[in-house]
Amino acid sequence: MSLAVLAISGLGVVSDRDATPILRDISLRVASGETLGLVGESGAGKSTIGKAILGILPRTVQVTSGEIRFEGRDLLTFPAAARRRLISERVALIPQDPMTALNPGRRIEGQLTDGLRLWRGLDAQAARHIALRLLAEVHIRDPERVLRSFPHQLSGGMRQRVLIAAAFALEPTLIIADEPTTALDVTVQKQILRLIRNMQHAHGTAVIFVSHDLGVVAQICDHVTLLYAGRIVEQGATAEMLEAPKHAYTRALIEACPRYDRPDAGLRPVPEEILAQLRAEAAAP
Amino acid sequence: MSQDILVAGNIEVAFGGGRRLFGSARPEVKVLRGVSVRIGRGETVGIVGESGSGKTTLGRALLRLVDVATGRIVFDGADITHISETEMRPLRRRMQLIFQDPMASLNPRHTIRRIVTEPMRFHGVAKDSADAETRVLEIFERFSLAVACLDRYPHELSGGQRQRIGIARVALLAPDFVLADEIVSGLDVSTQAQALNLLKGLSRDLGLSMAFISHDLSVIRAVCDRVYVLNAGEVVEEGACEALFANPRHPYTRALIDAIPLPRVDPNWLGRAAATEILA
Repeated sequence: MSLAVLAISGLGVVSDRDATPILRDISLRVASGETLGLVGESGAGKSTIGKAILGILPRTVQVTSGEIRFEGRDLLTFPAAARRRLISERVALIPQDPMTALNPGRRIEGQLTDGLRLWRGLDAQAARHIALRLLAEVHIRDPERVLRSFPHQLSGGMRQRVLIAAAFALEPTLIIADEPTTALDVTVQKQILRLIRNMQHAHGTAVIFVSHDLGVVAQICDHVTLLYAGRIVEQGATAEMLEAPKHAYTRALIEACPRYDRPDAGLRPVPEEILAQLRAEAAAP
Repeated sequence: MSQDILVAGNIEVAFGGGRRLFGSARPEVKVLRGVSVRIGRGETVGIVGESGSGKTTLGRALLRLVDVATGRIVFDGADITHISETEMRPLRRRMQLIFQDPMASLNPRHTIRRIVTEPMRFHGVAKDSADAETRVLEIFERFSLAVACLDRYPHELSGGQRQRIGIARVALLAPDFVLADEIVSGLDVSTQAQALNLLKGLSRDLGLSMAFISHDLSVIRAVCDRVYVLNAGEVVEEGACEALFANPRHPYTRALIDAIPLPRVDPNWLGRAAATEILA
């Protein structure tokens, strides 16, 4: 197995207010060119893992144990400023909602070239050149026009393409995609997923793909980590986990998905016993 | 008595138009271009399409929430295309709407009790508050909602609970026709399955007729008898779910179906580009 770009081990996060565990004993790894799916229902803790990596956890929660090794170095022991610098340069985020991630009052050009100018020290001309190349790479037909546009002048799919271009701008080694396609139409979703996959292959980037959609995960992730109530329920290779799930919860979650190919299957809510069991395990000391 | 509860014939809806302040003409945008749909009694009909296809406008036109430029809407044998709001009022109880975002459609300052009982009082469905309470408890039992929820406020409930409250509120009015607009799109799969099963149960037990708007054909397949595929304000294909899914004829329908990722690994899925796929 190739060297992991990111390896988390034994990560624990608790809430300051009442010491409720938010993440418990999370261990996972992702290598260059690989995609790891972080899957779970809302509140499972998948976005919290992303935030812990990026160092943007809310002030009300604390990391209590474990390490987050990025390119071999433990981020948690890094001084804050150095960590910020490292993250800004080498890790990128593709957010869920492209409208809120983009500044509505600035043209795309500025938003796309900020990082290049700040971290690469490029002048406006050179940064613009790279921005145009990136927009072409994400199949935007008229990059000049898009650079001049404000976010509201672009469709949801276009905005998401712009953000993907922005994510790859600094050639990061790791990209965290936080439900990047939930706000999009299915046909646009497919194009965006393909785009992320192609860009990732071309650049050899490791991707952590946060999603609640097992269908999307099945098509784009090499490995999957399934979470419930801040704990890992099951992890493994995608095909194995979907075809031969070991945990009852994994099986139940697959059964809950509506399927157009098997109308009599699917649509079975996860049985309450399984959830109760998981909650009990999560509450145990 | 006609077999169909709701029939829309060749309706067109346009937004914009008219004149600007200084008299220049404003361009008119046709959102629906001659759409015909019918919803049979006890039937659940799916309306599928992507954003901008006009599916939400179609739903709103069926309920007379937007006016149609041309065409005819017939509800339970009566032409309602141009009747006044006063004449519409008695029909409002009989044609209900379940909203997409339960957080936005439940009044944050009202308790759940008030939210579910008030429409019953308004429409005169319940005789008195005791009767209303009995009906509420019945439906809560059926929807596995805790009675304690009644004294809570919407923000204190989970998304799934809120969506069930939204469905309960509508079911309590015993409508003939329900329009459900993207009601499960923001929910987790298990919660989604729960809400969809409730709806299926309601339509089966109460003989409810339903129009189910969604962008997700998997969900449509799971709950609908028939489906209309809408693209750019026109119905491009319609038919019984079984036949349409087994043999989609229109390339747009095929693209929509193939765009749904199934929870099994299909190494060719990502690379398979639909014929209609266009670059931005």
